[in-house]
Amino acid sequence: MDRLGEWLFFYLVFPGAAFTAALGLAMSWVDRKVTALVQWRRGPGPSQPFWDVVKLLGKEVVVPEQAWAGGFLAFPFVALAAATLAATLTWHAALRLPGGALGDLVVVVYLLAIPSLAVILGGAASGNPLGAVGSSRDMKLVLGYELPLVIALLVAVFQHRTVEGQDVTAATLSLAGIVGFQDAAGAVLYRPSGVLALFVALLCCHAKLGFVPFDQAEADTEIAEGALVEYSGPPLAMFKLTQAVQLATLPVLLVTVFWGGVTTTPVGLAAFVVKVLLLLVLFVLVKNTNPRVRIDQAMRFFWGPVTGVAVVALVLARMGW
Amino acid sequence: MASTSIFGRALRRSPWVFHVGTSGCNNCDIEIADCLTPRFDVERFGVRLVGSPRHADVMLISGPVSTACRKALQEAWLELPRPRAAVMVGVCACSMGGYRDAYSVAGPADKVIREVDPDATFVYVPGCPPKPETIIAGLVKLLGEV
Repeated sequence: MDRLGEWLFFYLVFPGAAFTAALGLAMSWVDRKVTALVQWRRGPGPSQPFWDVVKLLGKEVVVPEQAWAGGFLAFPFVALAAATLAATLTWHAALRLPGGALGDLVVVVYLLAIPSLAVILGGAASGNPLGAVGSSRDMKLVLGYELPLVIALLVAVFQHRTVEGQDVTAATLSLAGIVGFQDAAGAVLYRPSGVLALFVALLCCHAKLGFVPFDQAEADTEIAEGALVEYSGPPLAMFKLTQAVQLATLPVLLVTVFWGGVTTTPVGLAAFVVKVLLLLVLFVLVKNTNPRVRIDQAMRFFWGPVTGVAVVALVLARMGW
Repeated sequence: MASTSIFGRALRRSPWVFHVGTSGCNNCDIEIADCLTPRFDVERFGVRLVGSPRHADVMLISGPVSTACRKALQEAWLELPRPRAAVMVGVCACSMGGYRDAYSVAGPADKVIREVDPDATFVYVPGCPPKPETIIAGLVKLLGEV
């Protein structure tokens, strides 16, 4: 029972729901502020994402007549719960919290896929034609980026180095194990295979976050936010929070897997914050300087060059580079 | 009149706007787009232009409502989740302007919406077209009422 209380604390307070939601909202403010600066505007104040969510919580919930009401209302909560659990596992490993390894890379990858699935199912359940178009595009995009993402993450798993005459291998799927390997042998990123893998993973996470140029599923100028088109009020707030939680999870996951996690010294924490902010600003700058590509172009891109680079990185990692 | 609950405060700080052009001449539409440019940057106040009426709190209406647009405007209005309000941008949306008594128009937008929702809240921003400052002033006035 002690462990249950501990896990509930991890999931609901720190580093789970409360912490990642607050952090995610802060990071989505960074997103909007940097976007505004790129466009030579002032942009909203720091509390803006918080007020957006509170406002949505106070709005009326409209369920379309032709929708499957149960699924339509349940999927936003499924998305948020899964994203929060993924965030908890990632942060738990990154911060080296007590309580042993709670989950491995495979679990995190699966959990991070669930919000996308929930958006797809929610869009399909809404019964709106634009929602169906958004769902089908999202489905294609998920098929496109999951393959290179998994290969890129495997690069960290297959790392092996020679440190002081001894062979050190990661050879573990546990996030804590990968962090431990990087403590012993240096960050994955400081090798050619790690650079390529992080590059691929960044592109895949970009698509996962639904940022331009891979926002075909939301595309508010052509299909009115796609799968989310019929959502209003609290369910929409859940999806917005899910996006915020993902924004707070994916850069942290990348830093954990490729860039050595975080050490709980002042310097280590500062370095971690700088790394995460660097990745976040990189996402935002790419988002603001690129036009949306078509869905077939996006798929060709992910299954072609991106998967190719990921496989090269994996081969380099096996060769000990 | 203004609500002091946390939701009321949040609504004033984050009005999401859905723009409906009811067969206007596009002049007001351009002025609405101006509000989003660096000079005016309404996102400073949390205003966002959204693509679906389901996500919106405020509807910006420009142009006289033609008979062809009447039904579409009414349906779009009913899709806005409550609490909801509208800003009539330009003299055509307010009172038909030069289209008064024309054969192809169904009436000013407020009348058309009140046919389906008698208690709807409106703010009127006259002008041909109104300046972006005026549109922002209208929105601020509206937010003082909710």
